Amino acid sequence: MSISYKKVDVKDIEFLKSVCSSERVFVGTAIHEDYSHDELAGIRRFPDVVVEVTSKDEVAAIMKYAWDHNIPVTPRGQGTGLVGAAVPVRGGILMSLVRMNKILELDEDNLTLTVEPGVLLMEISKYVEAHDLFYPPDPGEKSATIGGNINTNAGGMRAVKYGVTRDYVRGLDVVLPDGKSVRMGGKIVKDSSGYSLKDLIIGSEGTLGIVTSAILRLLPLPKVAISLLIPFSTLEEAIETVPKIIKSKNIPTAIEYMERRVILNAEDYLGKRFPDATSDAYLLLTFDGNTREDVEKQYEKVAHICLEAGALDVFISDTQERQESIWSARSAFLEAIKASTTEMDECDVVVPRKNVAEFIRFTRKIEKEMEIRIATFGHAGDGNLHVYLLKDEMADETYRKKLAMAFDALYKKGKSLGGHVSGEHGIGYAKREYLKKTAGETYMGLLLRVKNAFDPKNILNPDKICC
Amino acid sequence: MNIIVCIKQVPGTSEVEIDEKTGVLKRSGVDSKMNPYDLYALETALRIREKEGGTVKVISMGPPQAEQVIREAYMMGADDGVLLTDQKFAGADVLATAYTLSQGIKKMGDFHLLICGKMTTDGDTAQVGPEVAEFLNIPHVSNVRKILSVYDEEVITVEMDMSETVEIQEVLFPCLITVEKDIYTPRLPSFKLKLRTMDKKVHRFGLKDLEDQNRYHYGLNGSPTQVLKVFPPPKKDVNEVWRGSGDELGKRLAEKLKELKFIQE
Repeated sequence: MSISYKKVDVKDIEFLKSVCSSERVFVGTAIHEDYSHDELAGIRRFPDVVVEVTSKDEVAAIMKYAWDHNIPVTPRGQGTGLVGAAVPVRGGILMSLVRMNKILELDEDNLTLTVEPGVLLMEISKYVEAHDLFYPPDPGEKSATIGGNINTNAGGMRAVKYGVTRDYVRGLDVVLPDGKSVRMGGKIVKDSSGYSLKDLIIGSEGTLGIVTSAILRLLPLPKVAISLLIPFSTLEEAIETVPKIIKSKNIPTAIEYMERRVILNAEDYLGKRFPDATSDAYLLLTFDGNTREDVEKQYEKVAHICLEAGALDVFISDTQERQESIWSARSAFLEAIKASTTEMDECDVVVPRKNVAEFIRFTRKIEKEMEIRIATFGHAGDGNLHVYLLKDEMADETYRKKLAMAFDALYKKGKSLGGHVSGEHGIGYAKREYLKKTAGETYMGLLLRVKNAFDPKNILNPDKICC
Repeated sequence: MNIIVCIKQVPGTSEVEIDEKTGVLKRSGVDSKMNPYDLYALETALRIREKEGGTVKVISMGPPQAEQVIREAYMMGADDGVLLTDQKFAGADVLATAYTLSQGIKKMGDFHLLICGKMTTDGDTAQVGPEVAEFLNIPHVSNVRKILSVYDEEVITVEMDMSETVEIQEVLFPCLITVEKDIYTPRLPSFKLKLRTMDKKVHRFGLKDLEDQNRYHYGLNGSPTQVLKVFPPPKKDVNEVWRGSGDELGKRLAEKLKELKFIQE
C-alpha cells in the first residue's frame, strides 16, 4: 500500500488551528524533539505538524480533513513504545492524545471505569484502588497512557493469573480514518453480535482507528499481596522450576525471572541496594488473595516446590516497604539496562511457557557465538521474554550486522518453539520484517485486508505492522 | 560480640485511621508488621555479626501477638528473642516503655552493642532508644547513618547525621546506637529460616521476672505523659518553584543537593 501523500501546507495548519486553537498546534522548531521518536527503536522522523487534541469532536474533524486531503496521521500517547509505532515515519500530522486525560466515570454497579485515552496507567490504578477496585494489567511502564496500552494489547506482570489488556476492555469509542465515530462493545459482559471489532482495535497500534474513550473492566481489589524472591544458582535452574509451579495449580499473579547482572544494573541506576543480589538468578513470584492466611497457604506450597527444585532459599516480601524495595528495581530494569550501554535493541518474543528455558539457553548461545552482550529478563510465567542486544563499545557497522543476524536467529528460534514475534510491545515499524518472515503470506494477506477495510486510503499510521 | 536489637510491632499500613470522636487509633482489622525502622537496626546487627561473629538477640514489648515480630526477626537471622508482655506494661508512654525495655535488657545478660531503629512509624518520637541508654547508664549515639568500623569488642566508630553536619563518633562498648533509614537495605525474611525456627522459643518476661518489681514504674502508672488528643498531621506537600537562568538554577540546584547531602563538596 505505498501511496504518496499530500504535503502539509499553510492552509492545513490554519485548518488545524481553527479546530484546536493555535496554542495546541505546533510546527517547525516549535515541535519538541520527543515527537520524533519513541523510547527505543532508533527510528527518527519529525512530523510536519503536531496537534494536541482535547475531544472526540476534534479527533473526528481532523481525521475527516486528513481523509479528504490525503494527509497521514500518526496517533501518539506518551511515546513510551519500543518499536516505533508512534513515530510519524511519513511525516504529516502527529496527533497527541495526552490531553484527553480525564477519568469519565466509575460505574460500581457494572464494575467498569470509562476513561479517555490519555489517562496514565498509574492514575488508573491509584484511582480504582482508592475505591477498593482493581485494574489488573500491570506493564512495567506506569507512565504509559491507557490508549497506548490498548493499542499494543499491553501485558505486564500479572498476566499469569489475570491476563492482558484485551481481557479488561469492555468497550471502545473509535474515530475511524474517515472521521466517522463508532462504539464497539460497551458495558456488557457478553457479546456475540458479529465480528468483535473492538478486539481488532486492541493491539492495532493506531493503524485502524483512534480510540477516544475506553470502558475498562474492573475486579474487586485483592486485599493482600505477598511476593517471594527466590534465589537459584543458575538461571536455567530457576526457569526450569517455572513449569513445576504452574503444574502445582497454585497460580501466582506474576512469575518473573531476573539475572544478577541485571539486578546490579538496576542497583547502579537507582542508587539503591536490592534486598539480595548474591545469587546468579532469581524468580520473583507474587500471590494475592483476601486474607493473609489464604495467601500464605498458597505460597507455602510453591515455596516447598522451589526448595525441592534446588532454590537456595525463598525470601518473603510481605510489607509495603519490602514490596517497594523489590518491585521498584524490577520496574526499572529496562531503563537500567539502557543506562548500562551505549545503544540497544530488543526482542519481545513470546513462546509457550514450557519452552522458556530452551529459548533462554539459545540466547546464551547467540551471545557467545556472535560476541554481543545480551541482557534478558521477563515474564517466565507467561512465556514473554525481553531480550536486549547491547551495543556497548562496538562500531556502528558491526553492531548493525550483528543485530540483524542475532534477531534473525532469535525470531526463527521463537517460531520453531511455537512462539510469536511480540508478546506485548507490538510490531510497529521496527519488527515488520520479522513478522513478515515468521507469519507467512496468508496471515499477512489477512492483516492487510483488515487494514484495508478500516483504512483503504492508508492515511492512519502508515508503514506500521503490515504495510 | 553480643548485640541486642529493640523491635516493635506497628500497624501494617502507613494510612492509619484515627477515630475522630475518640481520638483513638483504629487498630481493628489493621494488619501489623515490624516497625520498618527496626528492620534497618536488625540488618545492621546481622551485618556486624557476619563480620565479627557473636549473637544477635531481639527484644520487644507488646501484647502476646507481638510474638510475630520476634518470629520475623528469627526468619531474618536473629539468634534469640524476648517479648516483654504483661497487662501491667499496657498504656506505657516513651519513658515507661524505655524503662521496661531497660529492665528486660538487664535480664538478658551482658551485651556490647544495643541497636534501635531511629523511631517507630506509629509513635514517631525517636526518644525510646536514647532513654533506654540513659536508664542503662551507657553512652549512645542517635541518627547513625554509617558504621565505619568495629574494633575488637571494644569500640565502634560511626557517622552520626546531624541536620547541618556529619559527626564521626568513636564509642566504647557497651553502648547504644539508633540507626537511620537506608543504612543498609534490610534482608527479606527467609522461608528456610521460618521452617527452621518454627519451634524455637520466644522468651516471655512479665513484671515478676524483672529486677524492679514496683508496678508504679510501668505501664500507664509509670507514664507521666498524658495524651490529650491524637490526630493525623496535615499532609505537607511542599513544592518550591525557582526561576532564573540555566546557570543560576544549576548553581542553586547543586547547593540544594549539597544541603540535602545527596552530593558532597
